[in-house]
Amino acid sequence: MNINRTAQDPYVAASPQLRAWWDAADDGRFLVPRCLDCGRVHWYPRAHCPLCGSIAVRLVDASGRATLHSFSVIHRAAKPYVLAYVQIEEGPLLMTNIVNCPFDALRIDMPLQARFRRTAYGRNAVVFSPA
Amino acid sequence: MSHSKRACIAGAFEHPTRYAPDKSIAQLHAECAMGALADAGLAASDVDGYFCAADTPGGIPALMVDYLNLNVSHVDGTESGGCSYIRHVGLAAQAIAAGKCSVALIVLAGKPRSSGQATGTEIRVLPPELPASAWESPHDWTMAGIFANVARRHMYVHGTTSEQMAWVKVSASMHAQHNPHAFLKKVFSVDDVLNSPLVADPLHRLDCCVITDGGGALVLVKPEIARELKRPEVEVAGYGYAVQTNRAGYFDMLHTGAVTSGTMAFAEAGMTPADVQYASLYDAFTIMVIMQLEDLGFCKPGMGGHFVAEGNLISGQGLLPFNTDGGGLCNNHPQNRGGITKVIEAVRQLRGEANRHVQVNNCARALVNGQGMAFGMGHTSATLLLERRL
Repeated sequence: MNINRTAQDPYVAASPQLRAWWDAADDGRFLVPRCLDCGRVHWYPRAHCPLCGSIAVRLVDASGRATLHSFSVIHRAAKPYVLAYVQIEEGPLLMTNIVNCPFDALRIDMPLQARFRRTAYGRNAVVFSPA
Repeated sequence: MSHSKRACIAGAFEHPTRYAPDKSIAQLHAECAMGALADAGLAASDVDGYFCAADTPGGIPALMVDYLNLNVSHVDGTESGGCSYIRHVGLAAQAIAAGKCSVALIVLAGKPRSSGQATGTEIRVLPPELPASAWESPHDWTMAGIFANVARRHMYVHGTTSEQMAWVKVSASMHAQHNPHAFLKKVFSVDDVLNSPLVADPLHRLDCCVITDGGGALVLVKPEIARELKRPEVEVAGYGYAVQTNRAGYFDMLHTGAVTSGTMAFAEAGMTPADVQYASLYDAFTIMVIMQLEDLGFCKPGMGGHFVAEGNLISGQGLLPFNTDGGGLCNNHPQNRGGITKVIEAVRQLRGEANRHVQVNNCARALVNGQGMAFGMGHTSATLLLERRL
């Protein structure tokens, strides 16, 4: 774990209650917030459950498995890339990028696997590639 | 509330400029305000209510009240993104009904074109204190990219095609050709749209709205004042507003907040979609129009693509003439906020003052709908039903 690299990221610093998520991501662990009362996983992470209002939320390991919900190849960019929504196995949809996949191989519902990509500010963001 | 108690839109003005490098945003605001007051036959000294949103310099209503030197009893700076001004009409009608003001001025202006903004394609990096920002900013999202995801999913689930989406642009361009102020006056074909460069697959450049300087303003008045003015009386018959959240990750990207705001507005007006003779629909991207048609009940879910490809949006031939000024797709999208121009064209239609080539015969009931902001798939939605008092 590189505590300084993550701690210096202003987006991490702005929500100190979620520091554990970013520290785990820095170690290559993809966590999701699961409510201990209703049992559901929400996204993006909060320290409360936006689905039932409970404050008993625990960060737990995600399976890393997901399917592609929708996608767009962004052509009007210096280097084209894929903006996508994926549904993780635990339930919710999340905005992300698809990496290591030829554009013409992208298919809605294709299986995906989570991975991390370092952001310019220092934290690790979750992205997906073909499973 | 009886008909005679409803607030009326007495003044409407769309600034003719589409490129204004020689004027400040505040001055464009002032010109729009004065234009709408002149249209109503009122003076700045008559105004006692002022409504604006984040496009106002500093986002602070009091600064524009000072610039215009108004003497107001009611001020509202409610920000809801591009549909703010549709919402302001509903809020102003409520304020008038509550006796908070009797002449309400709603203003939008801005100059993204002369300041070089690439509105739809610039990568959005939002500040850290916005709660979704840490999670979404790393993915280089753009407005076009968000709506491209929606379009792709709509195609997958409902079989909607790029050709069908192109029909929305084609229909808007058939109207824009008659508008001397339209930013794009060329009549586009389906092939023109499909052959324009892909911005965010499956959206082409011509699936996107224009970027323009300019603005517009509206004047709402209490019914007693409306009767004294020498203008057709356009009533606010129904209003709805909704915040469509991301539902903590369990959203359906194929529906907009219009499902909720539209239901509210139709219920308040006592109308159904079959009563609507003209619709102004926010058209930042062609897919948005298709989804609003479905969400507002003008066609069945998933059938929006078929509806538009049958020419139903084209005035003089279709079931539901839309955006007869050319809309944001061809005419004007001042400050990247389509709300006010949508209301203005609906007022023109209800007064019988639209361009004669696109005027709907005896147009007495119109709908205005728009979305605002974008937080992932979350957004705001505002709906108005307007009725000409006979």
